[in-house]
Amino acid sequence: MAAVTADQTTQGQARGTAQATAGGPDGPAGADVAQQAAFDAAVAADERIEPRDWMPDAYRASLVRQMAQHAHSEIIGMQPEANWISRAPSLRRKAILMAKVQDEAGHGLYLYSAAETLGTSREEMLDKLHAGRQRYSSIFNYPTLTWADVGAIGWLVDGAAITNQVPLCRCSYGPYARAMVRICKEESFHQRQGYELLLTLGRGTPGQRAMAQDAVNRWWWPSLMMFGPPDDASAHSAQSMTWKIKRHSNDELRQRFVDICVPQAEALGLTLPDPDLRWNEERGHHDFGAIDWTEFQEVLKGNGPCNEQRLTQRRRAHEEGAWVRDAAASYALKHPAPTRHAHAPAHITEAPHTEMHQAEMHTPPNAEATA
Amino acid sequence: MTAALALGDDALVLSHRLGEWAGHAPVLEEEVALANIALDLLGQARVLLSLAGDEDELAFLREERAFRNVQLVEQPNGDFAHTIARQLYFSVYQRGLYEQLAAGGGDFAGLAAKAVKEVAYHQDHATHWTLRLGDGTEESHQRMQRGVDALWRFTGELFQPVEGVEIDWPSLHTDWLATVTGVLQQATLTVPTGPGSGAWTAGAGRQGIHTEPFGRMLAEMQHLHRSHPGASW
Repeated sequence: MAAVTADQTTQGQARGTAQATAGGPDGPAGADVAQQAAFDAAVAADERIEPRDWMPDAYRASLVRQMAQHAHSEIIGMQPEANWISRAPSLRRKAILMAKVQDEAGHGLYLYSAAETLGTSREEMLDKLHAGRQRYSSIFNYPTLTWADVGAIGWLVDGAAITNQVPLCRCSYGPYARAMVRICKEESFHQRQGYELLLTLGRGTPGQRAMAQDAVNRWWWPSLMMFGPPDDASAHSAQSMTWKIKRHSNDELRQRFVDICVPQAEALGLTLPDPDLRWNEERGHHDFGAIDWTEFQEVLKGNGPCNEQRLTQRRRAHEEGAWVRDAAASYALKHPAPTRHAHAPAHITEAPHTEMHQAEMHTPPNAEATA
Repeated sequence: MTAALALGDDALVLSHRLGEWAGHAPVLEEEVALANIALDLLGQARVLLSLAGDEDELAFLREERAFRNVQLVEQPNGDFAHTIARQLYFSVYQRGLYEQLAAGGGDFAGLAAKAVKEVAYHQDHATHWTLRLGDGTEESHQRMQRGVDALWRFTGELFQPVEGVEIDWPSLHTDWLATVTGVLQQATLTVPTGPGSGAWTAGAGRQGIHTEPFGRMLAEMQHLHRSHPGASW
């Protein structure tokens, strides 16, 4: 599902600095000048910054915050859709939905791994999420009330996420950019599946059409908010753009998204709930109505319909799983890895990953991550 | 087709139960792994049910008494150890069953040959977790033992011959017992001595007699589909 959103890239810029710089390979002050110059030149030349390269503390902190929030969004984002797995109305849809929710867990895995290259551990990031000290995308604080919401999330929320994320494939930080290439491929698949789900409902019974329209009515405005505050209110965007973490402004991406959705809504036979939405010949774009930023701020502050529910479920799963993780760590100590890996089938990637991460979770970040 | 329904319902129902873990797993890798297993089983279920009729009509419009899955797979997830015990018992059974079916060359040989590769992973996953939990901490050991004990009584039914499934049932049972015993012992767990195969039961899943939680599971699974008669999804 949707993950990084502009509300993450512009809020709470200072968060995570201390932890992110703890492992930073900062040299003496004199050397910093030359290193800074090399870093600036690399960014200017569109070269990738890699984990072992010198980078400014603030760049590292900004990346940790954004990547952690992106990862958190993936795993919190599993909840609203998993809500419908047990009620999916056909076996084909059930398989598609389960696979999608599984993809989100997978995205969470590679994003946490990418963030770990900056010297923070997954456990640390999860602790911060659970303590409310790192965010996830606000969009997941809205409920999935009907089956059509699954389609609306795919079409609109994943659509907005892709609009935000495709430029991240060219992000200056190598591990993040590479993770995004793979994630974007899967997200665009999810977006098409959501669109196709709504298309089927739109061509269905009156009850199915009403369900689809209702879902689009509820998800349209929150999807537009995913691009974050308007440019003139987005204080930190400029720095992220200089660093080439971010490449387009919030309003620019929002406009792109609206222009893509309007003809798609027509093809679906659905109405977008905005009386002010119309084509502006002069601008060559669609004009659209004012966004309710009060709602955005309220949801961000924790007052959305599901903030409490999402975080509570996440904390509970983590707390209730503590004994399982402890058992895995304890077993790993008693039985060194080589013998345990001997029987893992080669065609499955999950099994060995599980074991390795189990073992790592209770040990300090490895040398590479903190180097 | 009794056989396709029996095997298809096993896969369908277990897949549904595993799907209930989504968003609740103890660690992110298990979100991926449990969903992976659930998807494999759902794929098997769709092939098998399609041999017996329309997959969606069979899944969403049958009453509880018409389902032919064993009671083991419908048991609620419980804690992670309980789920792993269910996975161990079922995956060892399903692997033995599919290996014989694949070798037998009958109606299910093609499906079984493909599915047995998936099921080998399911068994590997369940085995590794049984070892970790059984031989992990004291708490995990106790929880794993409880799961193993609680579900043992549902394992006897696995070896009641299913009409149309032409395999050597006694050897399936013998092999299953040897494998499960080996894993449990290696995991420092006690092999249950309670009622197993051959114990008296008041009918069971293969005859359409299910346990109480199954009706609720179906109510949830079938509700949306049944609410829109004749709709396409």
